Amino acid sequence: MSFWSRIANAMHGERLNREIEEELQAHIEEAVAAGRDPAEARRAFGSALHAREAAHGIRAAGALESLFSDARFGWRQLCRNKVTSVAAVLSLALGIGSCVAAFRLIDALLWRPLPIANSSKLYVLSRKMIGLYGKPIEDGHWATPEYKVLRDAIKDQADLIAVSDADRTDITWSTEDDTEKAHVAYVSGNMFPLFGLEPALGRLLSPADDRGPGLAPYAVLSWDYWNRRFGRDSRVLGCPLHIGDQTFEIIGVGPRGFTGTETGTVTEIFLPLSMSSLATQESVTWHRTFLMLQPDVNPATALEPLRQHLSAVNRAYETEHAKRFKGVNQTDIDRWLNQTLVVTPAGAGISDLQKDYRRFLGILGLLAALVLLIACVNVGNMMTAQAAARAQEMALRISIGAGRRRLVQLILTQSALLAFFASILGAAFAAWSAPFVLSLVNPPDNPARLALPADGRVLLFGFALIVLVVLLLGLLPALRASAVRPVAALKGGADPHAPRRLLRGAIALQVAFCCLVLFLSSLFVASFQRLANRPLGFSTDRLLLLETVTSKGQLPVVWNQTAEAIRAVPGVDAVAIAGWAVPGRIAINSDISMNGASPSPTPAWFLNVSPGWLAVMKIPLVSGRDFLPQDTAPGAAIVNETFAQTYFPGQDPLGRAFDRNGNQFLGPTVPYKIVGVVPDVAYRNLREPNRAIFYTPFNAADSKSIPQSVDFATFIIHTQAKNPLALANTLRQLIAERHNGLRVSNVTTEADLVRDQTVRERLLATLAAFFAAVALLLAGIGLYAVLNYSVLQRRREIGIRMAIGSTRTAIVRLVTLDVFLMIALGGCAGLALGIGAARFVATLFYQVKPTDAAMIALPACAILLTALVATLPAVLRALRTDPTQILRAE
Amino acid sequence: MAKTDALQGSLDLLVLKILSRRPRLHGYAIMAAIASSSGDVLRAEEGSLYPALYRMEEAGWIRAEWIKKDSGRRARIYELTAAGKKQLGAEESRWQSVSLAINRVLREA
Repeated sequence: MSFWSRIANAMHGERLNREIEEELQAHIEEAVAAGRDPAEARRAFGSALHAREAAHGIRAAGALESLFSDARFGWRQLCRNKVTSVAAVLSLALGIGSCVAAFRLIDALLWRPLPIANSSKLYVLSRKMIGLYGKPIEDGHWATPEYKVLRDAIKDQADLIAVSDADRTDITWSTEDDTEKAHVAYVSGNMFPLFGLEPALGRLLSPADDRGPGLAPYAVLSWDYWNRRFGRDSRVLGCPLHIGDQTFEIIGVGPRGFTGTETGTVTEIFLPLSMSSLATQESVTWHRTFLMLQPDVNPATALEPLRQHLSAVNRAYETEHAKRFKGVNQTDIDRWLNQTLVVTPAGAGISDLQKDYRRFLGILGLLAALVLLIACVNVGNMMTAQAAARAQEMALRISIGAGRRRLVQLILTQSALLAFFASILGAAFAAWSAPFVLSLVNPPDNPARLALPADGRVLLFGFALIVLVVLLLGLLPALRASAVRPVAALKGGADPHAPRRLLRGAIALQVAFCCLVLFLSSLFVASFQRLANRPLGFSTDRLLLLETVTSKGQLPVVWNQTAEAIRAVPGVDAVAIAGWAVPGRIAINSDISMNGASPSPTPAWFLNVSPGWLAVMKIPLVSGRDFLPQDTAPGAAIVNETFAQTYFPGQDPLGRAFDRNGNQFLGPTVPYKIVGVVPDVAYRNLREPNRAIFYTPFNAADSKSIPQSVDFATFIIHTQAKNPLALANTLRQLIAERHNGLRVSNVTTEADLVRDQTVRERLLATLAAFFAAVALLLAGIGLYAVLNYSVLQRRREIGIRMAIGSTRTAIVRLVTLDVFLMIALGGCAGLALGIGAARFVATLFYQVKPTDAAMIALPACAILLTALVATLPAVLRALRTDPTQILRAE
Repeated sequence: MAKTDALQGSLDLLVLKILSRRPRLHGYAIMAAIASSSGDVLRAEEGSLYPALYRMEEAGWIRAEWIKKDSGRRARIYELTAAGKKQLGAEESRWQSVSLAINRVLREA
């Protein structure tokens, strides 16, 4: 008889019993036929029941059989309380689903190893130093010449790989003007071989492609892009790809699944590092540097000496490099050189998205876990109450000899059933919600893309979670139930307060968790509201932004003529040109110096704008005037109030002049004369304090007043229609038809630009509010159930008290006092936890302090209100108790 | 109750031996065969015989089959499998060595 037949027998226990019975019966008949006394023959078997049990135990997998019967029993129990069971399954499903979804996101962004060989031997190099404002910063980007020096210095032990960030770039697949966007990364030729990657088509880049500028015009597509853009057409090999004024030849397609090292962004095209014009620049730090230990090197012992070696090489290089800094004082140079080289594991890739969303995801995971805990406490309460109701049954089972282990198994089976149904629903919820949340993580122009496979890692996590839930749910009621003292319970004299004590503890726990969720959520919601309502300093109404580029640059006059042409289009109110739109991704700073003196310690940021830009953006002038068409840069400047306060404290800045970084070393220059002062506006993002900003005229000229060409700028168009995007296609075509080299590269609106600034905060606030609502709802249901149960159980006591003249107030106090004590206790514990937790995520807050009275009052009031609503039905039920009826029934 | 129960642990050996001589016996017949061939000295208890049969069936040494008897009742009959034959050999030689050893001890005394 095999294992399977034992399982089969376990499932058909009744039939098995009949067969055994039949065989034993046949035996007795034989014995009688052989002349034995029937009674004696029967007695020879001993207890018939015992014989059958012993035989049964051998032929069926006993433990399994009892499991089946427990499952059947548990199922009947669940069916008996349909509403509670459905509520339990739904709340658990929400909790499990949220946790799994959070895990999928966290795993995909932060933990999942890259699909490469030796991902555990991959590290990334960065430098820690003191930044411009004296704040410590970590810079993960390197200049190519220094990368080469470092690479050669440690080539015996490790390889260094250079990979640029995957920038969204304008590319053209034919010579026509239809450009599209693709994420393009420049990589050193050793990347593909060191990662152990094989081409899906053609060949990949190799170290031979690092030859030098312009010598390896080859491109490799990622499998994902090849699939999406070309439908896996193998004729793509040899196709020309135009980027700017360079033409590349497609030589291959990378392996399936590999989308670069920038987690959260799918790199679509890989180009050789040497083909970027930045690769020869000494001072442009533009790509990351990965370190791949050689296979026979032990990370534990080799890494630190390697780091020190690299650090020394870096310092020597930077010292040499710093000699070329002119006009920078020695303190700044020393501060710059005092940098620490850091080697960080990068097996999961490295990206800004990871940096920006690490804490966000941590909070998401915490909130999801808390909601699951609240749901578990709720369902645990339900089961405790049910177990208490079954105390007599348990006592009976124990007194007729059921093992206590069997009783624990009975209750654990029931919680496993609940968890099983909840996990099916939860898996569906997680399957939907993880990609949904990811689609909302949508930084400007650059939607996050992560692979979210439901693979072994996710399944393992889900399974572990279910086991945890089963234990959380069932263990306490199971231990309680199995500790039943049969004598006491059967006499009906068991301590009636025991289950209530447990339930009260559960209330405190639940309120604490709920309060923590509410507290954190209200902080995030308040942060988002304050950020979204922050005064911008300009209007976003009806502004269309056309980011426009040229391949070789165009003189300001061409840009101005194009602006005139746009202005003539019906529906256009006003047009201005700026270097880029604010708040924008670009931020360029300059050292400021006055009267040829050495530069000030803090730099200022700049933006070139055309006359009329202030009016289009509705930025008022504090004093002075707007630019005139004849103003050129350098020559005139408008500054903001922070600039005025920084560089001309207590003085009128109008009419004063300043110089930009180190211009004085390039010979005689034209200084910038301040013609106007404007209020502060949000320059780069909404969270930072105001920066010192100076605006320069869009018309650039050199020192001899010869106009300088401009490579890129943004047309800012105020439209008459409410939706500025309605004009986008007309204007894009208009610009293309002028054939003056100007090409629209990106279209957006000022309103979208500002909204994109708060993507993360909005998402966090939305999700936190969602979790807070769920937590409050669950806590309310839990409170209602517990109080209701306790009133039902104390019906007799309440009836007696009423009969002997207890007042209604006294009854209400009797029923609610201890519950509200527990709520107060739990609330305080939750708030204390919240204030502690908030310290770890303070960077996610905006102008909100966890210790603000309002921030504490809000969750406290919400809890209190929920508690009032939840306890009302039970209190009313207690007051409606009819003493005569109760006492008669008893 | 039996006066002389089969020696603990040797029941398997007896059952296998009986079945190797006379295949396709039902439980009672096995019990009877043990009694008769031992000259009524050894008796297999019903309470131990059936669990032992099921255990050996579980181990794959014997296999069972329901047959229809003339009386119209069903009977469950047992026969040896290949694994059972091997097991019988092992049990027999184990028994021989054990009884040899015991005899040696008795002789010394």
